[in-house]
Amino acid sequence: MTLESMMIVAAIMFCIGLYGSLARRNVLVVLMSLELMFNGVNLTLVALAKYVVPVGIEDNIAAVLTGQVFAVFIITVAAAEVALGLGIVFAMYRNTESVDLANATELRN
Amino acid sequence: MTLYDLYLISPQLAVASTGILVILLDLVFQRKGFLPYAAFAGLLVSLTFLVIQSVDLAGAVNLVDAVDSGAAGVLAGSLAVDRFSLFFNYLVLAALGLVTLASVDYVRRIERFRGEYFGLLLFSATGMMLLASATELITIYISLELTTLPLAALSAFLMTSKSSEAGMKFLIIGAISSAVMLYGMALIYGFTGSTQLDEIAVVVTSAAALDLPFGGYALLVGVVLMLVGFGFKISSVPFQMWVPDIYEGAPAPVVAFLSVASKAAAVAVLIRVLFTGFFPIALDWASLITVLAAASMTLGNLAAMGQSNIRRLFGYSTIAHAGYILVGIAAGVRTSGSVTGGPEFVSLGLNSVLFYLAAYAAANLTAFFAIIAVSQRTGSDLIEDYGGLVRRAPFLAVALTLALVALIGVPPTSIFIAKLVIFSAAVKSGLVWLAILGVINSVVSAYYYVRIVRVMFLEPPQEQEASGISPVAWFALTVSGVAMIGIGIAPGFVLRAAEIAVGALML
Repeated sequence: MTLESMMIVAAIMFCIGLYGSLARRNVLVVLMSLELMFNGVNLTLVALAKYVVPVGIEDNIAAVLTGQVFAVFIITVAAAEVALGLGIVFAMYRNTESVDLANATELRN
Repeated sequence: MTLYDLYLISPQLAVASTGILVILLDLVFQRKGFLPYAAFAGLLVSLTFLVIQSVDLAGAVNLVDAVDSGAAGVLAGSLAVDRFSLFFNYLVLAALGLVTLASVDYVRRIERFRGEYFGLLLFSATGMMLLASATELITIYISLELTTLPLAALSAFLMTSKSSEAGMKFLIIGAISSAVMLYGMALIYGFTGSTQLDEIAVVVTSAAALDLPFGGYALLVGVVLMLVGFGFKISSVPFQMWVPDIYEGAPAPVVAFLSVASKAAAVAVLIRVLFTGFFPIALDWASLITVLAAASMTLGNLAAMGQSNIRRLFGYSTIAHAGYILVGIAAGVRTSGSVTGGPEFVSLGLNSVLFYLAAYAAANLTAFFAIIAVSQRTGSDLIEDYGGLVRRAPFLAVALTLALVALIGVPPTSIFIAKLVIFSAAVKSGLVWLAILGVINSVVSAYYYVRIVRVMFLEPPQEQEASGISPVAWFALTVSGVAMIGIGIAPGFVLRAAEIAVGALML
């Protein structure tokens, strides 16, 4: 496994997520696509943390683990984000009886 | 973690624990009327800590560096407590206090979850205050999300179809932009091997010597992607799509808070990241900021013209104001005629940005408090329903007129002085065309602001619907109005504070 292959996989994941979150109309699919984007970033960070350690600080555990720690923080916050998103989906569904973003058109010029 | 570490984040801790306390009080007590005052009392505690920190800073540049560099210094490198962060902490606290008071009337309409309303406001403010101090990428990301998530929940708070649509849009667009920003942060971490801004700056300095855009392609992509996240928060073009919708659909006091405090905190972190982390490659990103500034000013002002809903109009106007602020940030770097060949720091540009944020906060809060009071009476946000307001509610009409005149930037108001400083900084940094575009845009903006004034004073009055506004809301309106006029008449104090704050940043 080289750094390049991991970065490429991560970039592909990120792009699929970006496309899905911008193009899909079902809110639940959009939330799943967001998750895919965050996981693409996580993979990038973990791959970089394994391969990119600055010269001279190989013994400094805190600096070596920065990327992994960053990924753990992202996982936590993304979970909170999706939880809040699902809560708002419930409120939306109660009002419009649909989870389709194409029906969310009350606010426009 | 020592007691000293807790003292360093005590203003933020005070705000966060007040948020938890308010939610608990809401569960325990049947009568909810005192909740906003409990939240306000917590803010006074936080203010006390801020004042103590300001006094402590007399002999030091950054409290975290001064004593905290030892083994116990868990905050070293991730947070800074300097005059720059204190300036923004004061600004966020002032905005939060006024919005809390202005919400007193508003939350009477909400039957349940009043404690959560104030709790979420306080949590969001905690994120903003941390954002102003953050000097490390993970901390920046966490504070940014702590700012955004409560605001998304608050936007959807009314549970009506409009409100939940606003919350959904805010959450999804916010999450997309923060994911893109994270990808940029990951690339920067990969390129520099660190997430701390001062260590990043060391690597960037050596990279700047390479003959590549931004000193390297990873840095180029990283910085541009990070600007997406910050651009979303300060509502600049091309990340402005959410602004008018949220301004129309979310509860009005939340919008007032969002437009002032959230923008100020995002500008603070943008300045800190760009000027302390990436200054050696400033010539590259400054041109990018210039383009964003020109586009935001022009698009915001042009789109505001055709609006019939006053809150939507303010949504577009805030995009335009983000443009003026970005002019000041771009003016922080001299792009031409530099002696050394590298980028040159112009402190006047950043001074003007900080002053502009304070002046804009006072003027915009005044305008929004008046809008909240009017919609309380008429139940409408359409501009045509403001007809004859001067006869129905003369004080409100005069306050709103003063705020609108200030937002145009007519002398001798606060924003006139702010724009004067920003545009003269732009000229000083060699951005003459941007200053000219800004002046043209200010003139254009007068069209839609004056239209509201004309409706209020000249159109026949709509039918009267009497509904009282509490003394607390009047108090909030008066305080912000007096602050707005005060900054215009005697700008010296705020200008000096902005100068000191920027001085702490670029040592």
